[in-house]
Amino acid sequence: MFIVIGIMFAGIGIGYLLRRQSLPWINKTITVLIWLLLFLLGLEVGYHEEIIRSLPTLGVEAFTIAIGCTGGSCMAAWWLWKHVNKRKGEEA
Amino acid sequence: MKGSLIIVSFFALGVWFGLLNWIPSEWFSGDVSFYALCGLMFCVGLSIGHNPQTIHNFRTLNPRLMLLPICTILGTLSAALLISLVLPHRTIPECMAVGSGFGYYSLSSIFITEYKGAELGTVALLSNIAREIITLLCAPLMVRWFGNLAPISSGGATTMDTTLPIITQTAGQKYVIVSIFHGFVVDFSVPFLVTFFCSI
Repeated sequence: MFIVIGIMFAGIGIGYLLRRQSLPWINKTITVLIWLLLFLLGLEVGYHEEIIRSLPTLGVEAFTIAIGCTGGSCMAAWWLWKHVNKRKGEEA
Repeated sequence: MKGSLIIVSFFALGVWFGLLNWIPSEWFSGDVSFYALCGLMFCVGLSIGHNPQTIHNFRTLNPRLMLLPICTILGTLSAALLISLVLPHRTIPECMAVGSGFGYYSLSSIFITEYKGAELGTVALLSNIAREIITLLCAPLMVRWFGNLAPISSGGATTMDTTLPIITQTAGQKYVIVSIFHGFVVDFSVPFLVTFFCSI
């Protein structure tokens, strides 16, 4: 599992060494690989009829998690916002 | 928005091909997607290492606002934990793995498919696309209810690219650097947190 993260760090190192060269193809390659991988994910889903059948349930679960997570991060941001502003007030 | 539509189309196209069995399933065993994932992460690494200027610019940031990515991560993960209590079919780590996508739907769904299978991968894809769309649609309300930092937190890993325009419109131009810094840190945390929650 951690091989993938190791490869990312190798990329960071090599990218840093090559920082004076322009590498215009990186972003294009990233985009194409993402397309390929999402296509493969779709294929994987298409092969399994039971996943297709449960798509409505999966969708509801996905939406519930998304609403919860945006709500949770908004609360945390609200806490930091009040904290930052309070400190500013004290300094003034 | 256009980028997400293209990505969803590729996913839909894959589903279509798979359903009709146009591509025999033996052609694409797990190996192909694993190598593609390695190639993707290598390129993501290259693009980070290649651009040290981005990291340099963060020095001008208000140190207190550097806490924002941590707030986003803690807020999201605790919400995912609570949500798992109301979703009977999902375990706590599964919900937290989906939540740790932080809107980075391409990478998180690919990782989760690799580790946990296509079903949870699909939940991750839909959930993280929904997170991006909710941020794009609700940013003005978030600013009103929870302050200027809320749309940045809600945008998660997308605040350095897709949701940056709406953030500068609703929270103000002042928050561009915070937003980019936040996107950068949260983005970077995605592979670690997703791998972590998939392995427990």
